[in-house]
Amino acid sequence: MKRPKSGMMRMERNWGLLFALPAILGLMIFTIGPIVASFVFSLTNWTIGGQMTFIGLDNYRTILTEDATFSQSMFVTTYYALGSVPLGLAAAFIIALLLNQKVRGLSVFRTIYYLPTIVPSIANTMLWLWMFNPDFGLLNSLLEGVGLPGSKWIYDENTAIPSLIMMSTWGIGNTVIIFLAGLQSVPTHLYEAAEVDGGNRWHKFFHITIPSMTPTIFFNLVMSLISTFQAFNQAYVMTNGGPNNSTLFYVFYLWRTAFTETKIGYASALAWILFFVIMVLTVLIFSTSKKWVHYEGGERS
Amino acid sequence: MNQVTSSVNSSETPQHPLPQPERSRSPATATHSKPFPLSRVVLYIVLIIGSVLMLLPFAWLIRSSLMGTSQIFVFPPEWIPSPFQWSNYPEALTSVPFGRYFMNTFMIEVCVLAGVMLTSIVSAFTFARLRWPGRNLIFSLLIGSMMLPYAVTLIPTFVMWRELGGLNTFLPLIVPAWFGGGAFNIFLMRQFMLTVPRDLDEAAYMDGGTPLTVLWRVIIPLSSPALIVIGIFTFIDVWNDFLGPIIYLSDEKHFTLALGLATFRGLNNTNWPYLMAASSTILAPIVLIFFIGQRYFIEGITLTGIKG
Repeated sequence: MKRPKSGMMRMERNWGLLFALPAILGLMIFTIGPIVASFVFSLTNWTIGGQMTFIGLDNYRTILTEDATFSQSMFVTTYYALGSVPLGLAAAFIIALLLNQKVRGLSVFRTIYYLPTIVPSIANTMLWLWMFNPDFGLLNSLLEGVGLPGSKWIYDENTAIPSLIMMSTWGIGNTVIIFLAGLQSVPTHLYEAAEVDGGNRWHKFFHITIPSMTPTIFFNLVMSLISTFQAFNQAYVMTNGGPNNSTLFYVFYLWRTAFTETKIGYASALAWILFFVIMVLTVLIFSTSKKWVHYEGGERS
Repeated sequence: MNQVTSSVNSSETPQHPLPQPERSRSPATATHSKPFPLSRVVLYIVLIIGSVLMLLPFAWLIRSSLMGTSQIFVFPPEWIPSPFQWSNYPEALTSVPFGRYFMNTFMIEVCVLAGVMLTSIVSAFTFARLRWPGRNLIFSLLIGSMMLPYAVTLIPTFVMWRELGGLNTFLPLIVPAWFGGGAFNIFLMRQFMLTVPRDLDEAAYMDGGTPLTVLWRVIIPLSSPALIVIGIFTFIDVWNDFLGPIIYLSDEKHFTLALGLATFRGLNNTNWPYLMAASSTILAPIVLIFFIGQRYFIEGITLTGIKG
């Protein structure tokens, strides 16, 4: 392609910057500015309405060495992520495989499996709250119907997180669709080659489908990990962090510290620790990815 | 719907404006197309059981919303309301000013949609098509910001709005939409624009056009599929947003539907039929939009591979 002459280039630059202005300002006002401010706050003991004193890394030290609520919320969040991420990915992958078959009514099935994903999170929490009801909820009614004992679900500290993991697995539609798109882009020639070599269905699945899907699995793994570590609504609306702090999600603890106790400095430090944890996890996954993620042709957007 | 396609991998530089329908006759589908009848039967059974599991909560929601309090607390539970208590809906929705909450939500929707559409198309255009110093750096920062936990920016942003007197106004929920419209939307729109042939721009420049001409005459007319995708996602995000309103809106006059529903539970802790009726009402518009815009939904998700 021919590059335009210099007058043209100047025009392009001027218009380019003008058009980029909202995004650049937005980045500065709503991302970079807050990042800097958040870090500065995290070094102070500021509470709304109180004095702001610079206390260095004291917040971080307190959080990491003395704050039992912090360790509890980190434990709860990790437990939730370790349960819901693998379960969600496995379920989504299996559903995508099923939906990638030639079956009648495929579009109906796809719609049904996607539907839970669009339920507004607040309506979702209300619905599940009622399904988890130990006396008149759907789940215990079903268990009763097949002669099994009921559960107290989110109202018992041992079953609360497993219940929320189950609830999260209901809404995996987006992951299913991304897997489905991945499955449909597995190169045909690989399957044909396998057929020529006499490979059966399982060979094809384990030696072609799975390896070809590793970039998609990787992508979904990172995205779901990042989002589960930021779970909030369930704790806020359904359990209020209880019973006995068993659903005290990290962001819920952070929110409570910042907005009900107004400890801005301390909550900012909590936010940075969350950032650090997510970053370390992402870096860890990225560094192991070379061992198990295969890119055909070696490059990818 | 057979437009479900476009690989995550090839979305950077595809030749065609949108995912191609014939891709759904995919390799994996083709190779598994002649299984044993038995496995076929098992496949259908598994798919149907899965569908029932997916739909059961919806059925539970609807049936509970149409029952009287005496019937809903019967054990073992009944599935068919008798009588169908349709009055739950008007009663639940008038017991709390849901009309006002609806108007508030609607106003935020309109202002946010306008901002997102306008500024994301302009930003995407400049990142996809125009050259200027620092472009790649800014774009990387923008994309990088999607990885940042919202908790980090949440507190300072709240403090900023508090200082500016923006608490209990809709400004904190609307203004950010006018500054680029969100990294995700810019990214999605840019991905789409990269598929529009550049010859069209060149032709416009030959005729003495400016980038504004190109944007107005070439890009905007061709971008309606991407704009619809962004519009649907944005509408749903605003409709479903809960954290923003609970942080910024404390006066009941300003509540949105999501916030109204959350506090409704506190007021009617035991009135499950009302709560389920209100929940169904808030869910209904989203389901409607999903069925109308289904094709775009799936294109949007697969075009970017993002949206978790």
